[in-house]
Amino acid sequence: MYYNEMFNGDDVREAYASLSDWVDKMPADFRQMKQAEAEALFRRIGITFAVYGEGGDPDRLIPFDMMPRVFTQAEWRRLERGIKQRAKALNAFLADVYSRGEIVRAGRIPARLVYQNAAYEKAAVGFRPPRGVYSHIIGVDLVRTGRDDFFVLEDNCRTPSGVSYMLENREIMMRMFPELFRGNRIEPVDGYPELLRRTLESVAPKKCQGRPRVVILTPGHYNSAYYEHSFLANLMGVELVEGADLFVEGEFAYIRTTEGPKRVDVIYRRVDDAFIDPLTFRRDSMLGVPGLMDVYRSGGVSICSSPGAGVADDKAIYTFVPEMVRFYLGEEPILKNVDTWTLWEDDDYRYVMDNLEELVVKEVHGSGGYGMLVGPRSSKAEIAEFRKLIEANPHNYIAQPTLSLSTCPTFVEDGIAPRHVDLRPYCLCGERIELVPGGLTRVALKEGSLVVNSSQGGGVKDTWVLSE
Amino acid sequence: MLSRTASNLFWLGRHMERAETASRLFEVGARITLLPNTAEGYRNEWESLLRASASSQLYKGKYAEVNEENMEKFMIFDRDHQGSVASCMYNARESGRIVRTALTSRVWDALNVAWQELRAMDPGQEDAADLADMVARHASTVHGAIDGTQLRNDGFHFMKLGYALERADSTARVLDVKYFVLLPRVEFVGSGLDSYQWQVILRALSAHRSFHWAYGDDVSAGRVAHFLILNGEAPRSLTTSVHEALWHLDALVRRYGDDVPHTARDRARGLVDRLGALSIEDIFDEGLHEFLTDFIIEIGQIANCVQTDYFYGRG
Repeated sequence: MYYNEMFNGDDVREAYASLSDWVDKMPADFRQMKQAEAEALFRRIGITFAVYGEGGDPDRLIPFDMMPRVFTQAEWRRLERGIKQRAKALNAFLADVYSRGEIVRAGRIPARLVYQNAAYEKAAVGFRPPRGVYSHIIGVDLVRTGRDDFFVLEDNCRTPSGVSYMLENREIMMRMFPELFRGNRIEPVDGYPELLRRTLESVAPKKCQGRPRVVILTPGHYNSAYYEHSFLANLMGVELVEGADLFVEGEFAYIRTTEGPKRVDVIYRRVDDAFIDPLTFRRDSMLGVPGLMDVYRSGGVSICSSPGAGVADDKAIYTFVPEMVRFYLGEEPILKNVDTWTLWEDDDYRYVMDNLEELVVKEVHGSGGYGMLVGPRSSKAEIAEFRKLIEANPHNYIAQPTLSLSTCPTFVEDGIAPRHVDLRPYCLCGERIELVPGGLTRVALKEGSLVVNSSQGGGVKDTWVLSE
Repeated sequence: MLSRTASNLFWLGRHMERAETASRLFEVGARITLLPNTAEGYRNEWESLLRASASSQLYKGKYAEVNEENMEKFMIFDRDHQGSVASCMYNARESGRIVRTALTSRVWDALNVAWQELRAMDPGQEDAADLADMVARHASTVHGAIDGTQLRNDGFHFMKLGYALERADSTARVLDVKYFVLLPRVEFVGSGLDSYQWQVILRALSAHRSFHWAYGDDVSAGRVAHFLILNGEAPRSLTTSVHEALWHLDALVRRYGDDVPHTARDRARGLVDRLGALSIEDIFDEGLHEFLTDFIIEIGQIANCVQTDYFYGRG
């Protein structure tokens, strides 16, 4: 049985008390009208999401569901504590593996998984970024299976996206249903861009003089997340730059402006490591800023997230995060990990292969809901086919039990019905570790589906945290 | 302001203006085909259009025959042709999309709607006059949105500078090509050209009405040339366009101070001064074609200076 976040049997849970009335009283034609209005608003703002390789409309909208997802203050506090704890441990881990590697020496994590990891960046060894922070924006993907049971599915330590949806979903809900916000005490999320800017300014290098100049580095306007990049730059009041707008001279990085070069102190990069500096990473690359890593390593500019931060969110490293919490913080983890079998270990391999029809199998480096098998929802033929893939390259896979993702009421063709959801809050790490109360809720709109990715028929919801 | 942002705003202005010129030229071409004409007739007109946009090579590679149907495809819809209305509007919108945060929503809306409407159309659907009207209407909407809603900051000046330089360039080209192509022999230069052809030039620049207000009825080569080159009231004249370009360059220099290089401003000022000292007789004595060729090169040089002063961004 799935945990229904709104109903406990026939009773409405505390968080949804006031919403239940709102839903009951809403006439069907009014709902359809509002849904159309929401879609028009999204289009006008231009918030669309292009999915590579899917063809169709490049200006496709992610479906927006008007039924909010709600957390009580108490539920949120616990989540918040858990996420901050995890963020702290992940950054401690990064600081450790790029210096002495105590956790490896202590035998808590196999050396191979860290130092032979594709995301481990040799060029980052021995350099300590300002405040020792490597990952400044951590998107923690969570699912819920019971009243107090939250599991972390994965950590995103590099450049988690989607925060523009968190902000726009709220904006649109407030525009369409102001009465809901008057009647409920809902914590605001619109402080996020300001908080992000302050976080980034707080990690400016020591050489920075005066107020730090922050820029966002985007791969360009053909990138599917370009909207988000320009949206954030706009709200933060910083420049949105491409690689060609930056250059290095002496010990600093500059942007090209109409008034000549201006020094840059903090780069919030939304590009992969490989495209930061062709001299360090990919000599064949036309992208990136030649010499930027030298400036970074000599403390002339901060790069957020730091090159190499990806080693902390690797699916193979994931299984050790609870161990990190114990090792670095001396605490018990507040948020649980999902049990994970790693197919390169013999015992795990045997167990997984015997139980494929009950498990979820994922590629270690996959994302976006591609290259995965959801055992209970797959045919015998599909399972057999996937089995061959695993046999060919067991190192490429991990397996997890099929979780009973919680459901949240969602507007469907004929009224409301429960649909599975997950949650991605965004944790900011700089001088302080902070979160805005909320996150991005993704919802699997197909009945029974457990895949919430927007590329696979997922939608989004506004996420509320009630204040006391 | 980021150099890339400034450059995109500059090109947004240039491309919008270029789209309008292309559609206007096509309309005039189509109009001439409606009239009884000399032996070579309208073919000559279409050829002159192709020369005006320096694109006969490309045209001949793609289309067998020079006729209105093909010319419409080429001048309005052909995305392989960089000078077509569709390419220019697409590029203007693309520039706008890249620097969207530097535009007001009204300007973006106008750019976006213009492109969406054109994209939804097929060749042969509208007649030439309606097409030109549509393009002119959208161009005016974009103009109006810029003038009405944009902050008067450096971004504004870059956009308007793009407009002004493009306008100077296209007026000079139209004038040059018509004059050059339509005059069969060199001794005709400066005299006795069929007044209808001059009317056509005025129409191509949407200036036939204003010409008559300013000069009365007598359409002669000298007067039209004066109107389009030296008249500081004619909105598309070379003098007016260069004055406007200078005005925006001056505004940039005031804003940025003397430390930022201003070779473009200095060069534009030089051009304004030279134009101011000329009479139309001087120009005809020198040779109109020679004068216009030099002018087009000079506008290109000013655009290059804008590039090095502001778009390179590396001290």
